[in-house]
Amino acid sequence: MKEYQTITEISGPLVFAEVDEPVGYDEIVEIETEDGRTLRGQVLESSEGIVSIQVFEGTGGIDRNASVRFLGETMKMPVTEDLLGRVLDGSGNPIDGGPEIVPDDRQDIVGKAINPYSREYPEEFIQTGVSAIDGMNTLVRGQKLPIFSGSGLPHNELALQIARQATVPEEDEEGDGSEFAVIFGAMGITAEEANEFMDDFERTGALERSVVFMNLADDPAVERQVTPRLALTTAEYLAFEKDYHVLVILTDMTNYCEALREIGAAREEVPGRRGYPGYMYTDLAQLYERAGRIEGKEGSVTQIPILTMPGDDDTHPIPDLTGYITEGQIMMDRDLNSQGIEPPVNVLPSLSRLMDDGIGEGLTREDHGDVSDQMYAAYAEGEDLRDLVNIVGREALSERDNKFLDFADRFEEEFVQQGYDTNRSIDETLEIGWDLLSDLPKEALNRVDEELIAEHYREDESEAAEVTADD
Amino acid sequence: MSQAEDIESVDEDGVIESVSGPVVTATDLDARMNDVVYVGDEGLMGEVIEIEGNLTTIQVYEETSGVGPGEPVQNTGEPLSVDLGPGMLDSIYDGVQRPLDVLEEKMGTAFLDRGVDAPGIDLEKEWEFTPEVEEGDAVEPGDVVGVVEETVTIDHKVMVPPDYEGGDVTAIEHGEFNVEETVVELDNGEEIQMHQEWPVREARPAGDKETPTEPLVTGQRVQDGLFPLAKGGTAAIPGPFGSGKTVTQQQLAKWSDADIVVYIGCGERGNEMTEVIEDFPELPDPQTGNPLMARTCLIANTSNMPVAARESCIYTGITIAEYYRDMGYDVALMADSTSRWAEAMREISSRLEEMPGEEGYPAYLAAALSEFYERAGKFQLMNGGEGSISVVGAVSPPGGDFSEPVTQNTLRIVKTFWALDADLAERRHFPSINWNESYSLYKDQLDPWWESNVAGDWADTRQWAVDILDEEDELQEIVQLVGKDALPEDQQLTMEIARYIREAWLQQNALHDVDTYCEPEKTYRMLGAIKTFNDEAFDALDAGVPVEEIQDVDAAPQLNRMGTAEEWEEFIDEIENDLKEQLRALY
Repeated sequence: MKEYQTITEISGPLVFAEVDEPVGYDEIVEIETEDGRTLRGQVLESSEGIVSIQVFEGTGGIDRNASVRFLGETMKMPVTEDLLGRVLDGSGNPIDGGPEIVPDDRQDIVGKAINPYSREYPEEFIQTGVSAIDGMNTLVRGQKLPIFSGSGLPHNELALQIARQATVPEEDEEGDGSEFAVIFGAMGITAEEANEFMDDFERTGALERSVVFMNLADDPAVERQVTPRLALTTAEYLAFEKDYHVLVILTDMTNYCEALREIGAAREEVPGRRGYPGYMYTDLAQLYERAGRIEGKEGSVTQIPILTMPGDDDTHPIPDLTGYITEGQIMMDRDLNSQGIEPPVNVLPSLSRLMDDGIGEGLTREDHGDVSDQMYAAYAEGEDLRDLVNIVGREALSERDNKFLDFADRFEEEFVQQGYDTNRSIDETLEIGWDLLSDLPKEALNRVDEELIAEHYREDESEAAEVTADD
Repeated sequence: MSQAEDIESVDEDGVIESVSGPVVTATDLDARMNDVVYVGDEGLMGEVIEIEGNLTTIQVYEETSGVGPGEPVQNTGEPLSVDLGPGMLDSIYDGVQRPLDVLEEKMGTAFLDRGVDAPGIDLEKEWEFTPEVEEGDAVEPGDVVGVVEETVTIDHKVMVPPDYEGGDVTAIEHGEFNVEETVVELDNGEEIQMHQEWPVREARPAGDKETPTEPLVTGQRVQDGLFPLAKGGTAAIPGPFGSGKTVTQQQLAKWSDADIVVYIGCGERGNEMTEVIEDFPELPDPQTGNPLMARTCLIANTSNMPVAARESCIYTGITIAEYYRDMGYDVALMADSTSRWAEAMREISSRLEEMPGEEGYPAYLAAALSEFYERAGKFQLMNGGEGSISVVGAVSPPGGDFSEPVTQNTLRIVKTFWALDADLAERRHFPSINWNESYSLYKDQLDPWWESNVAGDWADTRQWAVDILDEEDELQEIVQLVGKDALPEDQQLTMEIARYIREAWLQQNALHDVDTYCEPEKTYRMLGAIKTFNDEAFDALDAGVPVEEIQDVDAAPQLNRMGTAEEWEEFIDEIENDLKEQLRALY
């Protein structure tokens, strides 16, 4: 290992150094400052004679006399099953005062693409206990389903609720414990938010089956590039070598993308939309695509990335590119939040692309698909009518229209609204659905199979009232 | 250069100068533009994209972590080519035509390693070759010399390669051979194997283009009925995320009446490709009943696979499509999504520090797009036959904004535009093709086909539906202000008819066993039934029946069940009778 004292330029998070031996692209670098601190970085560009290095901890304190060591390998994550229950910093060092980690293996954090031919199509229903998700935007094992939120919205509460409640009902019955191992990757969140998460993990005992990676708001921004990759490498190891079902929560992807932009700017790259680098799609895909199932492997990686949309704008490059890669999105809504709906999920712009294969007879219930389609259509119609009511008033509307308006209200107040501690089974969710649909005239249910209407539609209003009374 | 060739024979070595992501520069490399090179100690595949003095710039099709200056670069002296021959159907390739199943086997893991090469077609496998020419026959480039049963559906035609001279057949074999053995010899010494190579960035030669007059029947009502695509035509499907681009593309791949389907997953999701790989072998081809995979070639370069291979996968796909076209087949090529391809160009271009055009895309974006779409068409072939390539490109505009460069440059070229609409998708109106924005410029030239093959008044019936939808669009503005009940009765009725056209006819459930495919006759009859309702209802209205009573007849909601009805002919007959009876009973 050769040591150089040849730094020629320091600029933002980048350091340029002269070398006399070739250095590999992406290789890990250690920089030792004169006061004895060791900083880590990564080779961003390697040319004959000169390399540019991106320093994770920031370049503060580095001067031209600092020494640079090239470790001759790309960045690795030490992995072991013992990581469960541990809290690490954004670079993977333990910060919980526990024993040193003895790795079973050291794995490349960039990760390799899963061969599409070797994947297994995800179709196992995950019951999150949240009606807006289970009923309308079902999550399945191996899916990547982000939460699109905004500043000040309760996305953390929803993520925690999912982490707490997620089970696969089928396996629950067999009693072989279908709880998920949770990998939590925090990028640039505040210490307060971090405490909330940690308190909840400790209160519910979830920490035992979790690995926490913490890059806080005051930690170096460049480190955010590494944190999700460490988290996902750990997730892949647990899933595909140790047979765990892993749920990865990454928050907040917006901070990650900001860090990406910062480095791009420091490298004087040609910027893409809104100053974000042109390769952001590829970069994000390399994170999000590390979810899934592999044929012949027991475990799975399911991802719930959280991002806050700047200005609640879903056409902003971060949510936009994310939406093109992930398999749907759960959309949080500011209006519903101010109405006190918990969780404030707006189902209309939300979507789960893998839903259709994860529901139905033998998976959830035969009527699931039709009920969800019909509720979508009816809620959308009710929403449209609300605009009209503002202009002409309710009296001017037909009886049919009024029923759809009522439906939209009840849908928000009874179906979506449930609170962060209520865990509804899929049966309960669908029954509430039928309850609401039974308020509509039978002929209006054009998305539902006639036999299913005959079986589930509540002819008698009073009977319907009874079922809702107890929740 | 194709992987089928031996690489040992090359000796012009260069040395890596610098590495930055997928872009590598090398010195002392004697290479031409677009030559394929092997980079570094691991031999990663790359392509020459810029030459400046002694410095050669290479885009590498594999991950470059750990590669450093000083490592060797080998030139193959050949441009990026595909292996063409029997065995391409029922296969799944990455962007540079490496079969993914072979890669899995060679790498021994589910993760894609690098530096592993595999030929695009199995060189060992023996195929039964049946000659179609005799000794002494004169053959020209493009002529068919024999056939091989490639799959149960498709006979693979072995042709004289287009870059041969042609001549008299002096020797011909019959029986089982692998693709590298010579099966036909010509008097000028040329030898013909079942396998050809072709550089992907060069269109295979063909005769003149013709005006397409036959529709690509898709089995999708909104497409066949309102915005048809011709065999040999081009179409674009732009839409924001979640509007159903991929499902629409997959429906076309499943149900359109092409002979061969080439499906390119360019920079899209891994799980989606897996779904295709798992579903297609089990689904029957609506024309032949054989498994769909028997006519399908898949190219999967998912979003996390190397970006340079994403740039090339479109070319790999269209070259394979051209090869089957040369056999006289009607080929349909689906590219999902061309935006990812454009972004790959942008990414490479910005690493080369080229001067950017609009929104950072390279200035040659428009040229690259039009060059690609121009490779579609209905062609006179070199051997006198006819073949076609229809191209359907999905576009993923950022933020769903159709004014961005990729959408705009695509729209300037393609003649069918299926605009996907997020609003429709949100209310689960699928396929979410917006009927006000979409268009097909093939409509008029295809009408004679529909009229002689399906129904004489096809065009008139379609126009009637378009008029009703237009009228609804106008009325909707008034309804937004005053409410539906304030409209005069005849307009209320028109709104009701338009609702049935939207909900019962335009909507189609891709997940329903019956509704997923709708033959043209059924498409026509379903619209006919709604028109019957229209005609009878207006008669009733004229006779003084209140509009509420007309809307409430029992048979009307049955229109919504036409799509899913199995015995649709009886079902539609019955509805039409019931409608007539019930409406006439009101007056």
